[in-house]
Amino acid sequence: MNMTEDSAHSDPTPRPGRPDFLTVRNFDFFYGKKQALFDINMDIPERQVTAFIGPSGCGKTTLLRNFNRMNELIDGIRHEGDIRLLGQSIYDKSVEVIALRRSIGIVFQKSNPFPKSIYENIVYGLRISGQNKKSLLDEAVERSLRAAALWDEAKDRLHESALGLSGGQMQRLCIARAIANRPKVLLMDEPCSALDPIATVKVEELIHELKKEFTIVIVTHNMQQATRTSDKTAFFYLGKLIEFADTQRIFSNPGQKQTEDYITGRFG
Amino acid sequence: MDTTHAPDFFSDDAGSTQAISRSLWNRMLSAICIGLSLLTLVPLISIIYLLLKNGLPLLSLSVFTRLPPAAGMAGGGFGNAILGTFVMVGLGLLAAGPLGILSAIYINEYAPASRLARAVRIVAKLLTGIPSIICGVFAFAVVVSTTGAFSAYAGGMALAVLMLPTILLTSEQALMGVQSAYREASYGLGATKFQTIVRIVLPDALPAIMTGIMLAVARAAGETAPLIFTALFSQFWAKSLSEPTASLSVLIYNFSTVPFPHQIRMAWTASLVLVAFVTLANITAQLVFSKKH
Repeated sequence: MNMTEDSAHSDPTPRPGRPDFLTVRNFDFFYGKKQALFDINMDIPERQVTAFIGPSGCGKTTLLRNFNRMNELIDGIRHEGDIRLLGQSIYDKSVEVIALRRSIGIVFQKSNPFPKSIYENIVYGLRISGQNKKSLLDEAVERSLRAAALWDEAKDRLHESALGLSGGQMQRLCIARAIANRPKVLLMDEPCSALDPIATVKVEELIHELKKEFTIVIVTHNMQQATRTSDKTAFFYLGKLIEFADTQRIFSNPGQKQTEDYITGRFG
Repeated sequence: MDTTHAPDFFSDDAGSTQAISRSLWNRMLSAICIGLSLLTLVPLISIIYLLLKNGLPLLSLSVFTRLPPAAGMAGGGFGNAILGTFVMVGLGLLAAGPLGILSAIYINEYAPASRLARAVRIVAKLLTGIPSIICGVFAFAVVVSTTGAFSAYAGGMALAVLMLPTILLTSEQALMGVQSAYREASYGLGATKFQTIVRIVLPDALPAIMTGIMLAVARAAGETAPLIFTALFSQFWAKSLSEPTASLSVLIYNFSTVPFPHQIRMAWTASLVLVAFVTLANITAQLVFSKKH
């Protein structure tokens, strides 16, 4: 499968999203001997925001980081079961991990721009895939910064160090950097937890815009954020997927008692 | 002794002998620390003073351009020794630099927990402790005995062995100092390990790596023992790298031990030049390679 194909972006009217864009089947995950995820099954829909919620240590970040095989940077991990993007297993032997990571981008909890200029941060993903033509890089920088609502603030300082930005701006830069690669999926691991409320609002508005083009999976500790930003919500507890449904339903009428206990704050 | 009488609620025993004693000990300890700190400056300042006082008189351009004077003669310089030091430290760096940095990259980025990495670290740490004359002995055995000649190559090899552990260990520290968040971000964008190392890790670690290299160079430039029976010495300009080569450190050693006042003064000047070059190299490295932010 050609992981760099992006037909969805060149269509004038996007076709309806697939409900099984990113699927997880019978997925177990182990850190050494310790099992962190138990028999996860879920279908993540295209061009919608899916939120992972649950108490600390429940496995939501672990699962998120498996989607782009970031966990493979850790020694001694093991998995069983499968994860598929558009029907093809991400663990298939023909899949190059680096191409997978360009298709499935990630934004981390604490923003981590490189100690380079804003421009170089954004074009990093393009340069490493061999794209060095200035006109294309310039276009990508403007496109990504506009999409991340950072263009006006950044356009006059593109070649200044990214570390001179504020916390909220840095996180939006990291988002711009991730989407410059034109990924199919954008993973966000508690992207607002280190941001002040104003910056958080900006990022949440951004997510709302981004989902028109990208499939987004967001891990969040903040249930209000999940209700504000997501279409579907998955509740995890102790490595198991307890419930997965439309966000409206989960928060108004949860099917499982554990879900209800969590969202009403009986345990956190 | 002035004891201010504080109201009782400030201190249970204000004005008592215990309070005075506490205060006294406190001040005494501060005084001792300050005194000893000043004391540590004394050797440094006296060395600089002596170098300037004794070395400046004979410092002139001819020092860089002329050859060492014969025993008992006046005039001359030590241009060949300056060149020799540059050349041999350069040769040593050519060997030890890439080897040290690439090994550090392996043990920190590729296989930090492997047995090989652990062995390399232990050996490097052991090597930092070997006497510099042993480096000379090693180079003698490997180069001089086999080629049958004293040479700049042999001197360079001895200095390489001397510099390698420092360069390796400080480079490893430099790489460890790079935030893992940068590496994560790089991998997350689809970079390979090689790209991450070359584009992100090395540039960020460069200032610290250069500092390590400068440390190694400073030490190597001043060492005499490794060069005494590898490069030997020469009164003349070196015409090739496979002949005995003069060096500042050996010149200083030779000239200091002869009973001719002119030569001894030359030795002081040579010492001043050596220290000046090393200091200059350090300052340049700091300025050129310091982090911009």
